[in-house]
Amino acid sequence: MDNHAHITILSKNNNVGLARLSVATFASELDFTLNEIEEIKVAISEAVTNCIIHAYPFEEGLISIGLKIVENKLIIVIEDNGVGIEDIDAVLQPAYSTKDDHMGLGLAFIDSFMDEFTIDSNRDSGTVLTMAKVPEKHKNKKINNVIN
Amino acid sequence: MNIRTESRGDVLIARVSGELDISTVPYFKKKILDKTESTGINNLVLNLEGVSFIDSSGLGAILGRYRYLKKKDGKVLLVSLKPQVRKIFTMAGMLKIMDSYKNEDEAMNGFNEGRIA
Repeated sequence: MDNHAHITILSKNNNVGLARLSVATFASELDFTLNEIEEIKVAISEAVTNCIIHAYPFEEGLISIGLKIVENKLIIVIEDNGVGIEDIDAVLQPAYSTKDDHMGLGLAFIDSFMDEFTIDSNRDSGTVLTMAKVPEKHKNKKINNVIN
Repeated sequence: MNIRTESRGDVLIARVSGELDISTVPYFKKKILDKTESTGINNLVLNLEGVSFIDSSGLGAILGRYRYLKKKDGKVLLVSLKPQVRKIFTMAGMLKIMDSYKNEDEAMNGFNEGRIA
């Protein structure tokens, strides 16, 4: 059954766990394995951490997390009103980071763990990161139906 | 997050439990730095058996401790990685530079036998 939810959090470090847990709870409505839920949690953690570190480097701002389930697909839209990304192609390169303490693997993890992943960003007006994932069991069911 | 430490000769064992992300990384960094500086020990066994979640912020913090101790001719060994935690380490390529062991005794043997690179 389709569903949707929306949460808004302040860009505080302590809210990353809340975001992770909320999305994992919402995602568990679908037939994801525990392993897939863990992957979604990592993707959320990376996306929200990016907002905290990069979108709002000087002051706290709002992070919007939109969640949808449409025909067995989990769709997550994470949006901020921060500084935006200057060069999207550069940030998509693994190990690219503008900060010394960071590995630059956040987006690479999101790309690996989610089935779909896009970023749209405008300088000084914010970034929208959209990702989607379908439970592996459901993908297999679809394939079996095609074969049979 | 909770970190319990124990010194065994010239090795510091840190038993970490909880989630290692941007909210807990500052505590992790400070605790390890304080303990290694106060004891003067530069070899670290990180027992991650109790770590239920890690992301790239957590990996970055561990890599930072590795680089810091390596400069002081120390080593960092990993112990008891849960499957989901091991997957993140593997994807980041960190198991190519840090050895991991099943338990603390094996890691201590790793130090004692000088098998680590």
